Amino acid sequence: METLDLLAGGFAEAFSPQLLLYAAIGVLLGTFVGVLPGIGPAMAVALLLPITYGLDVTESMVMFAGIYYGGMYGGSTTSILLNTPGESASVMTAIEGNKMAKRGRAAQALATAAIGSFIAGTIGTLLVAFFTPALATQAVKIGAPSFFAIMLLSLVLVTSVLGESKIRGFIGLFMGLTIGLIGLDLSTAQARLTFGLLELADGVSIVVVAVGVFAVGEALWVAAHLRRKPVDVIPVGRPFLGRDDWRRSWGPWLRGTGLGFPFGAVPAGGAETPTFLSYITERKLAARKPGGEPFGEGAIEGVAGPEAANNASAAGMFVPLLALGLPVTATASILLAALQSYGIIVGPTLMDEQPDLVWTLLASLLIGNTLLLVINLPLAPVWAKLLRIPRPQLYAGILFFASLGAYSVNSDPFDLALLLFFGGVGFAIRRFGIPVLPLILGVILGPLMELKLREALDLSNGDISGLFSEALAIAVYVLIVLALVGPVVLGRLRKPADEQDAKEEVSA
Amino acid sequence: MNERFESSPPAAEPKRIDKAQYGLALALLVVGVLTIVDARGLEVGFGDPIGPRLFPYVIGAGMIVLSVLLAFATARGDVAEGEAGEDVDLTSPADWVTVGKLVGILVLNLLLVNLVGWAITGALLFAGAAWTLGSKSFLGDLIVGAVLSVASWYFFWFLGVPLPAGLLDGIL
Repeated sequence: METLDLLAGGFAEAFSPQLLLYAAIGVLLGTFVGVLPGIGPAMAVALLLPITYGLDVTESMVMFAGIYYGGMYGGSTTSILLNTPGESASVMTAIEGNKMAKRGRAAQALATAAIGSFIAGTIGTLLVAFFTPALATQAVKIGAPSFFAIMLLSLVLVTSVLGESKIRGFIGLFMGLTIGLIGLDLSTAQARLTFGLLELADGVSIVVVAVGVFAVGEALWVAAHLRRKPVDVIPVGRPFLGRDDWRRSWGPWLRGTGLGFPFGAVPAGGAETPTFLSYITERKLAARKPGGEPFGEGAIEGVAGPEAANNASAAGMFVPLLALGLPVTATASILLAALQSYGIIVGPTLMDEQPDLVWTLLASLLIGNTLLLVINLPLAPVWAKLLRIPRPQLYAGILFFASLGAYSVNSDPFDLALLLFFGGVGFAIRRFGIPVLPLILGVILGPLMELKLREALDLSNGDISGLFSEALAIAVYVLIVLALVGPVVLGRLRKPADEQDAKEEVSA
Repeated sequence: MNERFESSPPAAEPKRIDKAQYGLALALLVVGVLTIVDARGLEVGFGDPIGPRLFPYVIGAGMIVLSVLLAFATARGDVAEGEAGEDVDLTSPADWVTVGKLVGILVLNLLLVNLVGWAITGALLFAGAAWTLGSKSFLGDLIVGAVLSVASWYFFWFLGVPLPAGLLDGIL
């Protein structure tokens, strides 16, 4: 088992006291920031990026592994104890989780979320370790035309899967693509959309875009609609599971993992779809066997399943990122940018060129996941207190750290102006219901796509047939057409039945 | 983002036009046109079959199409659904005064930061933002902000990427 050997090597590397310390700091910081209302995992990673400036690439990746998983876990705590989920991936957890908490079972809800996250994260990371090398070996052979097609497919999927309004998805995507155009053209070094500003010549950093859209946009949006009444936080003791809870949780954990991982590995909007599917599955299965609280009254299965799905998909995201250099979530985009800032080329060759980094990262993900369980179960009451932090100070703090992060890169106030501008964009997309993920992916994938497009067409001397010169590319285009046309056709065929279904879902 | 879980709007409601969405459509149109106009000024090198123009042309054109589609959808009664959140109360109308004050504080920070230094403006930013959002203890916020900004200044100094000290040069 070559993979296990390599992973063992990664562990040997990661078990140095220093890296363990970074992983632990990452887990604590990630959970701390993730628990704060209004901050999701992607924002946590973006906000905490500056603290890794002084670290080398392995140290910072190890820390990020902790921050990412910590941020995921923190988000579920918020949605269980505060009924209003911070990000779409926690929507399903909040439904049953908050009802459990209201019935005095907050400790069990947090425990099943934490242990489920641990199991799903561990299995998911192991799957990443097994799949990524194989995929990378194949991916090296992929030419520019197919790469372009795959990126187009992921943008189409992310844009059309998320939300009900396709037009809003595409507006978000094109906003992102336009932002991605800013800066010097890669091959001719001519300035595009810089309006003569030298500061824009290098393009706009994805971190400034992400922090602006997520953090500043959120703060401005909250400022416009601040809930003036005090929040209702459910107190919690140390999380634990009774024997009956274990019996009811392990099935949903494993099924959630099975649903979450594949959805995380393909560009289908991250954890939103698998958590939803997991919730539906568990509700259907629970209906068959009596016993315990039913769904709608705080069923533990409804927390265990979606939470596992959430974390397994969080792990799945590393497969396309490490094997293809293709980010499929906002967090992956920021990690990609962070790696690029160290001069590392993230793509099919990453596994060959930086094997130590990749395997140490994977080992750190496993370690971070374990630390998460060990550290966070006893700390749950502390995290719950964080939810009571007064909102004015909370959002003031978010703005403080967002500004600090943007400013510290170059000590240039221009970056703060840019941050404010993207805060305005973030406000607008919240006001108009435009999904944020297509925007972020557009910023990071746009320039990559242009590169591959021009590579492909250069080979064919500008002839459009250059895009279809590989069988894989053609197959991917067929998938794109199916993804765009399929739902429309299916929708027409099944509309009456679907509407009935949808109503039942909502009323249940 | 979770529109999927919302029930369909009641049919009896009279048609509402989300006028602000016309503004968004107009803004997108301007961006799309700008992208194309900007790309027209680029030169395509000799022996470069594609050049730097094609991609902006496609994106700009797509943006223009989307802005028109959005305008039509708005006219047909398409209403945007604002994003919900833990601290967001969508039932109240937007509080533009608070947003304006917050933007003002951020602008003040970016104008002053290189003159007086992050250690001072960061504290003002924190206290000002908290005050804007309804905090009653300005002095307390100022102290918290000062601790945060001075600590963060030393943190970056420690990392080896010092921030300009501004007025406090020689003191920090």
